[in-house]
Amino acid sequence: MKKTWWKILAIVLLVYVHIGGLLFAVPRLRIHETIRSLYFHVPMWFGMTFMFLISVVYAIRYLVTSSKEDDIRSVEFANVGTAFGVLGMLTGMVWAHYAWGLFWHGDPKQVGAAIALLVYLAYFVLRSSFQNQEQRARLSAVYNIFAFASMIPLIFIIPRLYSSMHPGDDGNPAFNAYDLDGRMRLVFYPAVIGWFFMGLWISSLRIRYRALNEKISETEL
Amino acid sequence: MKKLVYLMLFMLSGTVVQAQDFEMADVMRSNGQIYVVVAIILIVLLGLFTFLFTLERKIKRLENKLNDKK
Repeated sequence: MKKTWWKILAIVLLVYVHIGGLLFAVPRLRIHETIRSLYFHVPMWFGMTFMFLISVVYAIRYLVTSSKEDDIRSVEFANVGTAFGVLGMLTGMVWAHYAWGLFWHGDPKQVGAAIALLVYLAYFVLRSSFQNQEQRARLSAVYNIFAFASMIPLIFIIPRLYSSMHPGDDGNPAFNAYDLDGRMRLVFYPAVIGWFFMGLWISSLRIRYRALNEKISETEL
Repeated sequence: MKKLVYLMLFMLSGTVVQAQDFEMADVMRSNGQIYVVVAIILIVLLGLFTFLFTLERKIKRLENKLNDKK
């Protein structure tokens, strides 16, 4: 994790995405230039899903190993995932204001994503309510599994069952809705990969900081 | 006759394309204003990356310090 090549890769990809996302040609659609928001808004949700996935894997691992490090990893990936989710929500609201006319439209996708984020916020509230470290780690690992299991239907399944204005929902497969043609894929996929590595990087810094904190408090005891 | 049908189809397809041609920020692109925006966004982005690298260096220094103590 401490190697630098994938951090450089993340930087190169994101620099490319920010240049290409603004300069390359996009299909001329009813939403005009705002289609470019797709390069920046959608990777936030991809990043959130990946971070939460890694978080739940470490939560399950904690239940097997009971190692403090797995608990730290689990909580920090959930932290960065939540940050991605908040950014995805805010960027989505700005885009919705343009495309749908309102910041908050009560669209099934918006509501589902908001509930999923609240479920994860409750995870942090739950963590802070324990004094005992082992108890906190075990119960929040169990809750993490519940949170992930509820996030998937809330964001990826339920909005598709209702009539939603969000592209990719309302029974449509996600990628054809905006005619994500070859040109857009050339920027979109690097954006997803770039932000994923960026999430790993920030998570790893937070994990190392937390591990240091633990070590220092151990030596003080 | 066949040629005429093709011609009509061709013209029709032309009008369909025109009807779907939505207004884009072509002026902003052609006069180069967009490069100013790109440059500014890149400065912010690179600044953030530099910040992350210095943060990592600080953490590494602290890790080494703690390991030396032990």
